Amino acid sequence: MNMSGIIIETLQVVLLIGLAPAFTGWVRMLKCWSQGRTSASLFQPYRDLAKLFSKDVVLAENASWIFRFTPYLIFGTVVLAGGIIPMLSTDLPLSPTADVIVLVALFAIARFFTALAGMDIGTAFGGMGSSREMMIASLAEPAMLMAIFTVSLTNKSTSLARIVEVIFSGQSVLKPSLAFAFLAFVLIVLTETGRVPVDNPATHLELTMIHEAMILEYSGRHLALIEWAAMMKLFVFMALGAALFAPWGIASANTPQTIPMAFVYLLLKIGASGVVLVLIETGLAKMRLFRLTEFLGSAFLMATLGMLSFFILE
Amino acid sequence: MLKEAIDNVLGTAAAYTERQFPQSVVSCTVPRERFVDAAKAMKRAYALLAAEWATDETPFGGGFAVYACYRWGSEYLIVRTEVPVDDPTFPSLTKKYVPAYRFERQIHSLMGLVPAGHPDLRPWIKFEDWPEDSWPLRKTFNASTPLPRVNGEYQWVRAEGEGVYEIPVGPVHAGIIEPGHFRFQAVGEMIVNLEERLGYVHKGIEKRFESFSWQEGVKLAGRVSGDTTVAHSIAYSMAVEAIAQCNIPERAHWLRTLFLERERIANHLGDIGAICNDAAFAFMLYQAMRLKEMLLRTNLELFGHRFIMDRVMPGGVTADIDENGKKEILKELDLLSKDFERLVNIYDENSSLEDRVRDTGILIPERARELCTVGIVARASGLNLDCRLQNPFPPYDRFEVNVPVLISGDVHARAWVRVEEIRESIRIIRFILENIPDGSLSVNIAQPSPDTSGFAAVEGWRGEIIYWVQAGPRGEINRCMVRDPSSVNWLGLEQAIPGNIVPDFPLCNKSFNQSYSGHDL
Repeated sequence: MNMSGIIIETLQVVLLIGLAPAFTGWVRMLKCWSQGRTSASLFQPYRDLAKLFSKDVVLAENASWIFRFTPYLIFGTVVLAGGIIPMLSTDLPLSPTADVIVLVALFAIARFFTALAGMDIGTAFGGMGSSREMMIASLAEPAMLMAIFTVSLTNKSTSLARIVEVIFSGQSVLKPSLAFAFLAFVLIVLTETGRVPVDNPATHLELTMIHEAMILEYSGRHLALIEWAAMMKLFVFMALGAALFAPWGIASANTPQTIPMAFVYLLLKIGASGVVLVLIETGLAKMRLFRLTEFLGSAFLMATLGMLSFFILE
Repeated sequence: MLKEAIDNVLGTAAAYTERQFPQSVVSCTVPRERFVDAAKAMKRAYALLAAEWATDETPFGGGFAVYACYRWGSEYLIVRTEVPVDDPTFPSLTKKYVPAYRFERQIHSLMGLVPAGHPDLRPWIKFEDWPEDSWPLRKTFNASTPLPRVNGEYQWVRAEGEGVYEIPVGPVHAGIIEPGHFRFQAVGEMIVNLEERLGYVHKGIEKRFESFSWQEGVKLAGRVSGDTTVAHSIAYSMAVEAIAQCNIPERAHWLRTLFLERERIANHLGDIGAICNDAAFAFMLYQAMRLKEMLLRTNLELFGHRFIMDRVMPGGVTADIDENGKKEILKELDLLSKDFERLVNIYDENSSLEDRVRDTGILIPERARELCTVGIVARASGLNLDCRLQNPFPPYDRFEVNVPVLISGDVHARAWVRVEEIRESIRIIRFILENIPDGSLSVNIAQPSPDTSGFAAVEGWRGEIIYWVQAGPRGEINRCMVRDPSSVNWLGLEQAIPGNIVPDFPLCNKSFNQSYSGHDL
């Protein structure tokens, strides 16, 4: 471990925490434009968060420690996940400690506690959201693991930093297995981050919500942390996609001087991914809940095809 | 037709009255014990129950009376039966007509008449924390004194069994809509039962009418349901004009139609957008709202109010249109139909949207008929009911109104009926602007004679709105019965939901989009 590694690691986490709301603002902005509306400013999410932080927490009388603990846990796990994904550089001290399987597990922990907190108060909506979330998780997590294994097989490592380095060294060019894995990954990102056509991040329509139903009872700083974590989760998934499928521009341990360039590349890639996300969201209606099995089933199928094509073709 | 059916069964027991206007609406009084026989005869004649209500006729020296209004095609027939004060019961029609179920609960709650043989006498609209013996529609009830609160609990219908859980929703909802409580019993995501609880916006409108003059009443009618202000004012005005036996100028009729069709377009646009938005297809909402807003602004500019509220009154209208106004509307219609057709294309070709709206919330035609639904809900379920066609007032009698009727009864059908109606309304408005006759805007209304009644049915954008007014001993308003389409169509929603999944409910509800205010009164 060296000094520059620690600096880069810190920089990356700060970047994640600081930039995630702007990215959400960017997505909302694009969405407004695509619907023919004038949008709020890019910085509106920061104001929303500031507003929530300045408000009091209203706790249900029967809330247990799980309910109070969950917002911090979710925030922590997402920050940690951000720490192991090579966004700017592969020279991350945390990276060897946690590979991509741990990443999936981190999100699973956050999800587990969110579902518990949803049921903690005992309202009908919380339980409903939790049960839907668990149904989705049971379908999304295997598909996600499968897609990631395919990428790992192609690049012969489950460590994210290592995968990026392999792609750089030119051993990995465009391969059919990666194309399949990418398609699967797109479907999973839409699911994991709760976007249309899986969930609608803009709705508070009681009966259709999934993620929003679980966090319906939260307020004040707790809600702010959860909202912020959701924004970071979206950012993390975009960064993960960029690292796995388009890692160009990421600096390595030998070339710390390219970090400013890596930052520019990151902004471009994430910005472009926002455009794609909005195109998908604007063109599609939300799916009927039970269509999700087909949707995530096809994600799993795609990832499996990727893996098969690795063994057969590569 | 209906009169013959009554005569065949009741013979001389049915006493017809000459004091019901217009006289095309037949009204007869039958003995209390023959009330159900009349309903049976109506059922056999394939008539639908349009409304059932009670009046307090003590100012005439009598007791109470219960009225049932039946409809078959363009015919309306009112059956009245007298109920003495010392024995306030009447035979229930629920076994013959399902919608009587709620009408009679309402009569029981608000007028204190007991429908004998009714399966469910829980209060409706009235709340259980009101004293049980306070009946607001009775003349002895003083509306200006506050009521004491009592303890009471509403008994919900329960579904039991393994895995059944209950989801209470409302009365306060996420979003800017009116209050109403829905209670779901679900197994997993599958709804096994939905029970509605309405009455949270009960304002005592029917009672309030009785303290107004005939002219003032129209203001209240225009506020029964804010989004249907034009249709309600027209229906009230036509009922008053009927009871006062007065004919209004031709131009006034045409202008009313113009307002009515503009209201229809504006609301249908909003609904189409909102239906798509509940499937998270927000693009449609914003585009439809943009078009709706364009209409509303033109309304404000030409008629002085965005929703054209208070521009219709008994005797005529208070807003006119000149050549410039006509030009402006025509220009707006060109723009509207062009943009609207593009939106319809998008709606029609988006398969993900189609997947949501098709086969969701089906109200089968048999059930729609059994529940006597009206308006868009009925027309999406195969019932060809439209007052513009069956009870036309000028200028609807000048051309054929193309009424879209679909049979699938799902969310898509209800959305598509709206699409077709917007197209038709645009055509009607063009016709009106070209052919509107000259003339005065209003006439004076004579005071109605005592103990007469007036009736009017008008096709608002939700469906058939019925007003029935009764003049008291001094010619004042003794009773004004309001039947918003929501009074019957809410039952349709309740029956269309079981078998759907919980997250599809908002979509179904939006496709019905019934008025809470118009129902609760």
